[in-house]
Amino acid sequence: MDSQEQARVGVRRTVIRTIAVLIGMFGFAFALVPLYDVFCSITGINGKVDATAKSVVHEEVDESRYINVQFITRGSPGLPWQMSVEMRQMSVHPGQMAEVDFTFTNNSSSESWGRAVPSVSPSTATTHLRKISCFCFQEQQLQGNERLTIPLVFQLARDLPDDINTITLVYTLYPIEHVIQNAALDNTLKSSANNELINDPINNLSNTPKNNKAAGEAI
Amino acid sequence: MAPKLPPQPPLQHSTTAVADGQSHGHAAPPKGIFRWLLTTNHKEIGSLYLIFSLTMFFIGGIFALVVRAELFQPGLQLVEPEFFNQMTTMHGLIMVFGAVMPAFTGLANWMIPLQIGAPDMALPRLNNFSFWLLPVSFTLLLSTLLMPGGGPNFGWTFYAPLSTNFAPPSTTFFILALHIAGISSILGAINIIATILNMRAPGMRLMDMPLFVWTWLITAFLLIAVMPVLAGVITMMLMDINFGTSFFDAAGGGDPVLFQHLFWFFGHPEVYIMILPAFGIVSAIIPTFARKPLFGYASMVYATAAIALLSFLVWAHHMFIVGLPLVAELFFMYSTMLIAVPTGVKVFNWVTTLFRGSISFESPMLFALAFVVLFTIGGFSGLMLAIAPADFQYHDTYFVVAHFHYVLVPGAIFAIMAGVYYWLPKWTGHYPNEKLAQWHFWFSIIGVNLTFFPMHFAGLAGMPRRIPDYALQFADFNLLSSIGAFFFGASQLLFVLGVILCVRGGKKAPAKAWEGAEDLEWTVPSPAPLHTFETPPVFHRTSH
Repeated sequence: MDSQEQARVGVRRTVIRTIAVLIGMFGFAFALVPLYDVFCSITGINGKVDATAKSVVHEEVDESRYINVQFITRGSPGLPWQMSVEMRQMSVHPGQMAEVDFTFTNNSSSESWGRAVPSVSPSTATTHLRKISCFCFQEQQLQGNERLTIPLVFQLARDLPDDINTITLVYTLYPIEHVIQNAALDNTLKSSANNELINDPINNLSNTPKNNKAAGEAI
Repeated sequence: MAPKLPPQPPLQHSTTAVADGQSHGHAAPPKGIFRWLLTTNHKEIGSLYLIFSLTMFFIGGIFALVVRAELFQPGLQLVEPEFFNQMTTMHGLIMVFGAVMPAFTGLANWMIPLQIGAPDMALPRLNNFSFWLLPVSFTLLLSTLLMPGGGPNFGWTFYAPLSTNFAPPSTTFFILALHIAGISSILGAINIIATILNMRAPGMRLMDMPLFVWTWLITAFLLIAVMPVLAGVITMMLMDINFGTSFFDAAGGGDPVLFQHLFWFFGHPEVYIMILPAFGIVSAIIPTFARKPLFGYASMVYATAAIALLSFLVWAHHMFIVGLPLVAELFFMYSTMLIAVPTGVKVFNWVTTLFRGSISFESPMLFALAFVVLFTIGGFSGLMLAIAPADFQYHDTYFVVAHFHYVLVPGAIFAIMAGVYYWLPKWTGHYPNEKLAQWHFWFSIIGVNLTFFPMHFAGLAGMPRRIPDYALQFADFNLLSSIGAFFFGASQLLFVLGVILCVRGGKKAPAKAWEGAEDLEWTVPSPAPLHTFETPPVFHRTSH
């Protein structure tokens, strides 16, 4: 019965190994989530702009090129807001700083929280779009029927690839759930202790990364 | 797991029953339903898998006919669009996870121990468990159709956020059902790997194994590698739906495109899981009826392994239009086209096996030949879809539907039917009624082509998939497809009739039921007794 004993040992070994692979692959599926985020934030290929404020780079404006920057705003079910932009598109030189006003309107009579999530197309332009100030770095709170205008300040890096002539920036509004709202509120309160200027979006840059994290991780 | 566990009585019992069964007689099997609930015999479990799969094939087929009936003419006639979406989704899920995969597992259960000279599968009780998970899973899945809000309606690919934010409440049950089906597949795969690697007849090397065993070994590795990824994806969905996470929700920092990456990292190897065993079946049948050994055995093995490896590098060709960077489009386009090379090797080998063979056209051979021709057509339309710029046009049109139905229906399903007709004499001891089988074949081949060929044209003309209504210019193509679908569906009743008649009687089959058949399964009597190869057979190397 030697060979049978051998087969039994072999079966056990095979089973242990396959189960190890199984567990490894299950872990791999979850490991892909942070890996994907890291990969995308390095390459920018999912069009997600780095949600932290950039400082202005004072470089010479490249006046030989005009880049057409388009803005698209989208609402989403569950949030009775309207988002509009002062102009649908503008032409800028690489290196030039530009500002455009976005207006949020709460069409309902109750207060609510929302967040505008950006996406850049073509994705190769993502890492060359530097946002100096953006409402998308944090959630917005609107009282009933409130209307709020916030500027977006951005700069296109001079090393923008030559083949890009048009950049489209899409903002999609998402409602912020109650749970997240509280976490974000906590964070806001904490940071407002350090920063009195919380209501001024441009000066609010130092604490925005933290707030922004809260939206992603409070859950 | 500790290496030196004291031997556990039940484990010991089951393994000795497997290992030294020749020394004592087998206890009489329990009667009635318990015989099937408790069986650990690979042949009985194989039959259960096949019967289950056939049942699911008809349920999924009825869903497809609801879809085709609605698409018979433009406009909304029979069902609500919401229900239409549930039908397309359920048709896909049932056919993939309930019909094709269990059918191959059933054939593996029946034939792998017989082909390698093993007395049973390595883990017989696990085998029983992995089968009985399936009825549980699919009862749960089908029951979602009766729940408030209906069943899954987001397509078999269940893309987030359709399957998370906008999904019916029953989605949690869908996730559980898929988890159970996944566990069943995983356990089946472990069992198959353990059997093939450890229980071959003395003297049988890996490169002596029949190709059906080889293709299943590779398929089982694919299952082990990707089913956990599917489990991971649906677990993330579950958490997004019920526990407030944001894996796939942009509002919370997630990304819906990540879902597609994860899904297709599972999904593309999955489509090879559904076709590799078919290659194995066809590689057994063609040499038998051409009365020549298979041409290029080793290259068949390497081609199968190459296809399996490449399947991990091509997933994003399903996502050419999500906005991949150019370099990724090129990479996935070329790596996808590379798969045509090993697949071409296979088709070449089959054709060369036929060359100057002494061919006869019994029903298994007819289905196998139809497989080679029609699967190749499906492969070519796949190559067209692999061209990224062309795919921008074809994506989510009926051209895609035509493509994957050509590789799955006259591909996987025809191979399964070929296998059933080929091995029925071994299972039942009777030849299937050849006349009936031939009618079944010719009706099927007309039905399949009438159903799916016009879909190519509808797709190229721009008809999108997964819609209950369509523009008038697609009416003629859809009319033909619908007629073909009902014709094909009805002709499958001939298959059921043929199988039932064959079980009940028919021309007696000898041990070697087909003149040119060479593998070990043809050395045991027909019908194969419940217990075979209790003493390992002497394996004589043939001329691979």
